[in-house]
Amino acid sequence: MHPPQSNRSVTGMASSIEDSAPPGRGSFSRSARSGQPAAVTHLLGGTMRSVRVLGAIGIVLALAPLVLHSDFQLTFVTLALYSTLLGAAWNILGGFGGQYSFGHAVFFGLGAYVAAMLQVHAGVPAWIGLVAGVAAGAAAGAALGAISFRYGLRGSYFALVTLAMAEVFRIVANSVPFTGAGVGMMIELRTGLADLQFESRRGYYYLALVLALVALAVGSWVRHSRFGAALAAVRDNEDAARALGIDATRVKVAATALSGTLMAAGGVFYLQYFHYIDPSLVFGPSVSVEALLGPIVGGLGTVLGPLIGAFALALVSQIATHLLGEAPALSMALYGLILIVMVTFLPRGIGGLGKLVRLRARRGRDA
Amino acid sequence: MIDGALIGAALWPALVNGLTMGAIYALIALGLTLIYGVLHIINFAHGSLLMVALYAVLVLFERLGLDPYAALVVLVPGMFALGYALQRFVINPARHGRDENTLLVTLGLSIVIENLASHFFKTDTRQIETAYTFMMVDVAGATIAMPRLLACVGALVSCLVLAVLMRYTDLGRAIRAVAREAQGARVVGIDVEHVFAMSFAIGLACLGAAACFLLPAYYVSPQVGHGFVLVAFTVVVLGGMGSFTGSLVGGLLVGVIESLGGLLLGESLGQIGVFVVFIAILLLRPSGLFGHKA
Repeated sequence: MHPPQSNRSVTGMASSIEDSAPPGRGSFSRSARSGQPAAVTHLLGGTMRSVRVLGAIGIVLALAPLVLHSDFQLTFVTLALYSTLLGAAWNILGGFGGQYSFGHAVFFGLGAYVAAMLQVHAGVPAWIGLVAGVAAGAAAGAALGAISFRYGLRGSYFALVTLAMAEVFRIVANSVPFTGAGVGMMIELRTGLADLQFESRRGYYYLALVLALVALAVGSWVRHSRFGAALAAVRDNEDAARALGIDATRVKVAATALSGTLMAAGGVFYLQYFHYIDPSLVFGPSVSVEALLGPIVGGLGTVLGPLIGAFALALVSQIATHLLGEAPALSMALYGLILIVMVTFLPRGIGGLGKLVRLRARRGRDA
Repeated sequence: MIDGALIGAALWPALVNGLTMGAIYALIALGLTLIYGVLHIINFAHGSLLMVALYAVLVLFERLGLDPYAALVVLVPGMFALGYALQRFVINPARHGRDENTLLVTLGLSIVIENLASHFFKTDTRQIETAYTFMMVDVAGATIAMPRLLACVGALVSCLVLAVLMRYTDLGRAIRAVAREAQGARVVGIDVEHVFAMSFAIGLACLGAAACFLLPAYYVSPQVGHGFVLVAFTVVVLGGMGSFTGSLVGGLLVGVIESLGGLLLGESLGQIGVFVVFIAILLLRPSGLFGHKA
């Protein structure tokens, strides 16, 4: 925790930036209106509230298997939590940082491949694979961020470069022998906590839950920390943030590394859950799309957006399967349609719906 | 290791083949760069829209026996109309003043189109066979397939037509005015929204033409756009976003890079060359070879 003094200076800075940013996009709009002392309590109150909300969600979800009896239900929630993890990872860079990546599969695939290669070629237990995979994701995030942001890539160009990076990794993984090339890699079935493989669905459920909660908690920390304030300032107006002495490049690189770390954990989970990876599965564009869709649907740059989005999408795709039968292409097409509709009509996502309704109501009263 | 002499002998045909493919890339990229130059948006669905056009040519050929080159009369106006409608009713309403939104919407569009195509056409690769499919032509010692040569010539002619259109017609002048200064264009009475939609429409009409020239020499599958979208972006950033000459030169260059990459590194790893060029250009010279400073 920061002492109140330092918080005040950060909020003061961010709210002065708010003036030049598009209204309502910054995280500090409320504090800007109500003055600084209130802002400090709001900031601390926000942290506590986030912790409490996340804790409550964690407890509910941890007890959920007592109610969810069928494997079908358990799998449904497990995969939604896995999707939450990917979304929360992407949200750190894309939501809080405003840098849209179209190639988050890079980190996902790296995590999965590093873990798989260690397990297959060196025979290490999966938890070491997880640590190494996550470390690879962090390193790749730092490297990718450093190259892109040092050269001043912004907006659409950043999206294109990340996309091209994912393609490069896919092609390499498809061509070199130690990744099993196009055939892919299969890991041994060895159940146990250290091997992160479980006989019952519940084991995977709790693994996914822990990973998703960690990712959401990191998001909550970013949202309420000094680092997050700097990140939001850079997102809303990079030049103004620089003028105030924020090292914008460093902040963005750190966000990319953090985001890559969590995304790589998603890749390792995928490996342990499905036991098999190949270049198109883990470096392909559908992973990147899944990562960005959740937060956009749930609410960009919000703590719970990835969770809301992931569960909403899982529900939609379940209903679609029910109505249309097993047609994976059609449900993917539906995802695309949802993306278009969300960006067009609900740019703040489902999480922003409440705010929109309140705004409308207030406008109605004023009129 | 690959024999040096063998490479020497294969170099010229690879170069010619790369140039013919490059002309097609140039035409595709020309549409993309026109859209970027005028609307300042990146059309991520460019590849999937090319795929739509390719399937249209395929269906016209298989169902009605329409020759791919004759299909130009249908495809160019058809894609033009599609482009006008897409920009007016889908892409523009989603923009909300942020370029990233356009990127997301066109990404969504490409997901929808591609998956609908895999649902209806299944995922297999399809080709067409015409009387001239297997004809070979000798170009200064390099033997290339007749459809490839025709594709190259057709693409270059299309580029020329577009250049003339942009230079000498009222529409072309209006488009250039809007690209330079949209607000000023509005002041002198140009309907900017209309010009935006027209530019998008012309960009897609380029895809319609490219599809007609491409299909006899290539194939179509629901994922075919994937390969083209990044290649087209590479061409565009290589030549400089919004630059016409840049697209043409960039297209030919990328065709050659790809062809030589395949020759030197093998089919699978060879594709990497284009992406490496793409990343390097974006990092080191984002304004491209012919572009103005961004």
